[in-house]
Amino acid sequence: MVEMPVVDQEKCNGCGLCINVCHCNALVLVNNVITVIETEECEWCTQCEAVCPTGAISCPFEIVIEEH
Amino acid sequence: MAVQVEFLESIPYFSGLSLDALDSVRELIFERTSERDELIVLEGESAEALYFVISGAVKMFKTSVEGKEQILSIVRPGESFNDISVFDGGPNPASVQAMGPAVLYGIRRNDLEVILRDHPQVALNVIQVLSQKMRHLMSLVEDLSFRHVTGRIAKILLGHAGNGTGPQPRLTQQEMAAMAGTVREVVGRSLKALEEEGAIRLDRHRIVITDKKALKNMVEAYS
Ligand code: SF4
Ligand code: SF4
Repeated sequence: MVEMPVVDQEKCNGCGLCINVCHCNALVLVNNVITVIETEECEWCTQCEAVCPTGAISCPFEIVIEEH
Repeated sequence: MAVQVEFLESIPYFSGLSLDALDSVRELIFERTSERDELIVLEGESAEALYFVISGAVKMFKTSVEGKEQILSIVRPGESFNDISVFDGGPNPASVQAMGPAVLYGIRRNDLEVILRDHPQVALNVIQVLSQKMRHLMSLVEDLSFRHVTGRIAKILLGHAGNGTGPQPRLTQQEMAAMAGTVREVVGRSLKALEEEGAIRLDRHRIVITDKKALKNMVEAYS
């Protein structure tokens, strides 16, 4: 399973801006809300989160400590 | 595609204008399209036109002498850019780049003067738009004393780091911004700075703390 950006479908207004800025083909509109398709090509650039006007899509980071 | 009055109606610059007025404005507007990543405006060059984003989105940013990019704002459909240099006649204060394929409407400087003279309502709208931009930039200025923010981000990362077992706590850049009392634009740069210092490594959706001690030092040094 590939971690992907998270969508709150209630908040999505279907404007499509996230699709416009995304470099891979991870985002599609289905019935006017965003659906995320799992793909390794998503580089977690977080542009979709940055551009979303409603805060519907987010790219949460897991924070881990590397033990030596 | 011909310039559409329906789009003009949705632009705050032109709110409150009659259809006739919008129609006369329309004649002074030209359309321009941009490819993904295309540089539309270059910092330091003279401004030829004011632009509105019709579809897609663009980012406004400045580049430091060391080549670091600081995003100032993201401009979405209906919003404008290049206002400052078009109104004061000075060089562009920042560069603008398309984030994806974008369609823009532009108005040349002289034509803008005609519109402002013919439709005083537009001048009132412009004041409101510029005030909102000023407010955003003010909050950014506050935080570009930036080293403080980096210290706060370092603290947040240490406070939310999981031990590698069980479900990991997860944070978006938006959430980190809210916690650090800053805007998202500054968080991206702080993370890059921490990565350059060798304190963290960005590994796709993971922020790996590679040097806990360096992070701790940063918290102490900058807070
Ligand atoms: S993080 Fe970047 S690559 Fe991944 S879905 Fe969002 S915009 Fe696309
Ligand atoms: S940018 Fe946000 S609101 Fe617009 S389609 Fe994407 S997730 Fe939905």
